[in-house]
Amino acid sequence: MFGYTFQWNQALARLPKMLDGAAVTMEVAVLSMLIGIALAVLLTLLRLSGSRPLKAIATTWVEIARNTPALFQIYMAHFGVASFGIHFSPFTSLLIGITFNNAGYLAENFRGALKAIPDTQTRAGRSLGMSQLQAFRYIILPQMLRIAFLPMTNQMVWAVLMTSLGVTVGMNSDLYGVTQDLNALTFRTFELFAIAAVIFYIITKIITLGARLIASRLFRY
Amino acid sequence: MFHTALTSADLIFLAKGAGMTILVTAISVFIGTLLGIVFGVLRGQLGPIWFAPVTFVLDIFRSVPLLIQLVLANAFVGMVLRLHISGLTVACMVLSLYTAAYCTEIVRGGIHAVPATTRRAARSLGMSWLQDMRYIVLPLATRIALPSWIGLALGVMKDSALVYVVQVTELLKSTQILITRLQEPLFLLLICGAFYFIISFPLARFGGYLEKRWSND
Repeated sequence: MFGYTFQWNQALARLPKMLDGAAVTMEVAVLSMLIGIALAVLLTLLRLSGSRPLKAIATTWVEIARNTPALFQIYMAHFGVASFGIHFSPFTSLLIGITFNNAGYLAENFRGALKAIPDTQTRAGRSLGMSQLQAFRYIILPQMLRIAFLPMTNQMVWAVLMTSLGVTVGMNSDLYGVTQDLNALTFRTFELFAIAAVIFYIITKIITLGARLIASRLFRY
Repeated sequence: MFHTALTSADLIFLAKGAGMTILVTAISVFIGTLLGIVFGVLRGQLGPIWFAPVTFVLDIFRSVPLLIQLVLANAFVGMVLRLHISGLTVACMVLSLYTAAYCTEIVRGGIHAVPATTRRAARSLGMSWLQDMRYIVLPLATRIALPSWIGLALGVMKDSALVYVVQVTELLKSTQILITRLQEPLFLLLICGAFYFIISFPLARFGGYLEKRWSND
């Protein structure tokens, strides 16, 4: 039917290498997500603070992260900062790029979540003798993370998909990078990338289903 | 003093890349939205169970990196089917389906937000299904869907930076070509980033404004 012979065996023989790549992909995604959440909480605090310059920094970060391509942000973390004589490894550049992106999007999600929490709760906490930071830490933050849980799951999926961009800054240990190297060796482009696509699909399904399971356990009341 | 080797010819080259970004985005968002509307309405008519196969296929476009989708489509068209189709066409096909996958969800959400009672009332007044869709569902669903749709269109514009893998020289790729020649990565990347930002930021703000305005009344 096709003028092309599919040779799945050749590609499947490389599956262990690709699974190693998938582990690196997960490592980058999870790290970028953890640091991203921490930074997003920080950005949210900066936005809540009364200080104008701090607010401006947070807003600039969020708007740049949300209004430029992720690929551009990774380029910036790799080739852009090289102009200042700072040279990161592809892994670090990719991690910085994705983390920057994650933090921006998550901060926006947190802002939406904050709107659902009444101001009066902070005031109640303050009247109980809590400091501003304590009220945020013990009253607002847990609720905020709970409301923003679903968007956070989506962002995690995005983080996994974004790791494939690392190849543009010379990353060759993640799933996409490994697949591309194998492609250069064997030239089974279609088979190899189809397998990579299936692995990515399975990873994202595990994340969304896992998150749903965790959510039903954590948030049942 | 700031000095750059950037000439006006290079700027025209960048502008051409920007034009390509806009062209790919416009075609993909247009076709993707039409498909998304068709799929979204069909899903409402068929119900989730009969529509499940389509949902499954569309879900793939949202669960696999766009870069891999592009490489696979290119390999399939070029190596398996042996057709000689330009990279631009492949890029637009993939991005259209990618847009359609997200747009279907947006349309579904919009239609879902129209109260069933309102639609039944329309049908009781003797409106046909088409009239109900045209005069009742369309205006109400648009209010819900438009802000998300603007977000989607901007997302597609940013994601179109990846079509360089099928040999389409869009803005980011042309920036990279200039970086290789001029060796001024920071300056050139800033120009490129500024371009994306200038298009995306006002539209994103407009979307946020619509969302705020339309949610209050």
